[in-house]
Amino acid sequence: MTPKTSDIAITDPVIEADKLHFYYGSSEALHDINLRFPRKQVTALIGPSGCGKSTFLRCLNRMNDLIDNTQVVGSIRLNGTEVNSPNIDVIELRRRVGMVFQKSNPFPKTIFENVIYGLRIAGIKNKAVLEETCEKALRGSALWDEVKDRLHQSALGLSGGQMQRLCIARAIAVNPEVILMDEPCSALDPKSTARVEELISELRENYTIIIVTHNMQQAARVSDHTAFFFEGLLVEYGPTKQMFLKPKHKQTEDYITGRFG
Amino acid sequence: MSNLHGKSMRKFWRTGEPCVWFTGAALSLTLLIAATLVAVVLVNGLGVFWPSRVALLELTDGSRLIGEVMRFEERPEGAGERLQLKIGNRDLYGLDFRWVNADEVARKSFPEEIVVLERSEHGNFYGYLRAVAAPGLDLPADLAPLEAFGRASVAVAERQRDIDALGARLAGLNSQLERLRLQLLKLEYRGRGGEDAAVLDIKRRRTVLKDDFEQLVARQGLMLAEQRQIRAEFEEAGGRVKEIALAEVVRLYQPNAMSVPAKAWFYLGKLKELLFAEPREANTEGGLFPAIFGTVILVFLMTLVTFPMGVIAAVYLREYAKEGLLVRIVRIAVNNLAGIPSIVYGIFGLGFFVYGVGGAIDQLFFPGRLPTPTFGTGGILWASLTLALLTVPVVIVATDEALGAIPGGVREGSLALGSTKFQTLMRILLPMASPGIMTGLILAMARAAGEVAPLMITGVVKLAPALPLDGTFPYLHLDRKFMHLGFHIYDIGFQSPNVEAAKPMVFVTTLLLVLIVLAMSSVAIRLRNKMKKRYTYSTF
Ligand SMILES: Nc1ncnc2c1ncn2[C@@H]1O[C@H](COP(=O)(O)OP(=O)(O)O)[C@@H](O)[C@H]1O
Ligand SMILES: [Mg+2]
Repeated sequence: MTPKTSDIAITDPVIEADKLHFYYGSSEALHDINLRFPRKQVTALIGPSGCGKSTFLRCLNRMNDLIDNTQVVGSIRLNGTEVNSPNIDVIELRRRVGMVFQKSNPFPKTIFENVIYGLRIAGIKNKAVLEETCEKALRGSALWDEVKDRLHQSALGLSGGQMQRLCIARAIAVNPEVILMDEPCSALDPKSTARVEELISELRENYTIIIVTHNMQQAARVSDHTAFFFEGLLVEYGPTKQMFLKPKHKQTEDYITGRFG
Repeated sequence: MSNLHGKSMRKFWRTGEPCVWFTGAALSLTLLIAATLVAVVLVNGLGVFWPSRVALLELTDGSRLIGEVMRFEERPEGAGERLQLKIGNRDLYGLDFRWVNADEVARKSFPEEIVVLERSEHGNFYGYLRAVAAPGLDLPADLAPLEAFGRASVAVAERQRDIDALGARLAGLNSQLERLRLQLLKLEYRGRGGEDAAVLDIKRRRTVLKDDFEQLVARQGLMLAEQRQIRAEFEEAGGRVKEIALAEVVRLYQPNAMSVPAKAWFYLGKLKELLFAEPREANTEGGLFPAIFGTVILVFLMTLVTFPMGVIAAVYLREYAKEGLLVRIVRIAVNNLAGIPSIVYGIFGLGFFVYGVGGAIDQLFFPGRLPTPTFGTGGILWASLTLALLTVPVVIVATDEALGAIPGGVREGSLALGSTKFQTLMRILLPMASPGIMTGLILAMARAAGEVAPLMITGVVKLAPALPLDGTFPYLHLDRKFMHLGFHIYDIGFQSPNVEAAKPMVFVTTLLLVLIVLAMSSVAIRLRNKMKKRYTYSTF
């Protein structure tokens, strides 16, 4: 099977991956991925477990740097700038490409401190700025009304769904361009999932979102484009509607219709 | 039927019921042993200061004995009982204790007029107060001896305060003299001759100070002699009379005449003495203040070193060192350091800190004082560093485990927001690990407070002339020797010439040591619980 380049024309992509290979030690987890992500749209990454979706996502903000013995070959560009070049500031990159994890991971601090954590570590001390950003981020993540009276209580007292939205608020507080989400709803109940999905549709106005999901309906509901990965290869990439109605590849069809994976 | 029975037996074993019993029994046994130990210490320690009644025994051979009945026991030869009597009056009898066969006692009574004297020397005196001679105090002649004694001892205490003030001045002069001596030595060390202006100046000042000093000494001698004129006459059980200077008497009381509130008051007084006074009589009497103080300062200094060292080492091990064989070996080694006998640490401390580092410091900074060592001998600094070395593995292991128990997601979450590894460490990881770190610190402190062996060769002494912390510059004297409760227990319990008399103090000291460890660790535990509330993940 030959790896497929995306066959749709995307002008002005935010992120472009070009001939990307990724290795854990000597085992290759991603083979020659070519992908371009459209600006201010939602792209879903789907595929069976272990096919390399998370690995790919983590390449985009270089979270894989934290794992020993890994190697990236090929190029990833953010607005045309090479992400993997040695003189890029990883801190700045992660600020511009935020991330939300599968398991919500609030810090054991107050809700307020959680949201403004990114600003604090950037050295911003102005109280007015911090408060304004906090409110904006919480409103942006549709959490404000629920927590505005207990901003200074521990974030660990929130429900699972609230925690996940808090993590989204934390990510958007630093005003990134891209938000990466790795199965953000897999640990949530249906109601919380619906809220997060709603939120994603709202965030689409201002941010580019790349979301990994195992839930086909979710991908269909929230995304504009979908990429299907299989065993470290990008099999198919295209507008979500087209993918779900008329998949070009047998594997894609089988996966979407639930015949495997 | 038997089949059914077998089945239920098997089921019985499968439920693990016997195992539950077994674990329960094991726990109760441990608790029982611990509780017994605590109870023994409490019972023996708490009762020491309660004034017990003093008996007057008239024996069948007509002789009389006065003393506290300590205990009864079977006679070794098996004929009836005998009792142990604390008769005191060591200066008269030579021994504090005496065994009396129960059947030799013709009459036993508790006369109210019996007095007990606590003295600064020769232990307790038991007997009767007969007269007080106080030249220069002009007490009315018809005053009852007890009343006269009370008034005289007030006067004596007043004079004693003057004498003590004089003593303090003498000590000040002495330290000035010592400083001059050292300056002189330094100048001579630099090769300045006897004709040098600076040397002459110092010599002149020294002569002036010496004159002052000698005058004061003479005055103090006079005052002391006058003080010793005030005396009281006592009579022991057998009728012999003993004159004792009031200055030697620490307190006088009539235990048989005391009411319960009076005894309680007495008890509190003794407790105050224990906590705030200096020891007397080869440490078997008096207070424990220097030992308490030494123990606390020692543990405090140890904590100052072991806490940062252990945390930093563990942070490197867990967060920065590349996980691999080497790190695993280091981890195992650190874990096993706890198994090294503490005396080995003591020997290392003696060799490395005292002789090595201390010797080098003396060579570099105090060459003028040699061959008298300054830091090249045991002292509180070296002892606390040795203890720090001994306890640092505990802190490392606790911190390492606490850091390891933090969910990986938190780390990634922080890094994904653009924080550096160091920021993540300072803002997220260390606060989250703090309850675990505190646990390690508590264990380290408890271990350090109870450790004696390594101290014995790195600076603990039976009787320290001065506290390691006082009002003279530089206030904290890290080179000084110090006293320690644990060593105190060993010293008075096993090294004292009069073990029987020292026994109560052993229990009291043990109790105090346990209480101090308890106090220090409960402060730390309070702190830890506060942190736990703030930083631990609730289930979600
Ligand atoms: N830290 C790692 N070290 C080694 N191999 C890994 C690591 N993380 C993932 N892998 C491997 O890389 C492949 C892709 O994993 P991943 O990206 O997590 O898949 P997905 O997110 O699509 O389920 C899998 O075969 C997995 O076993
Ligand atoms: Mg994954």
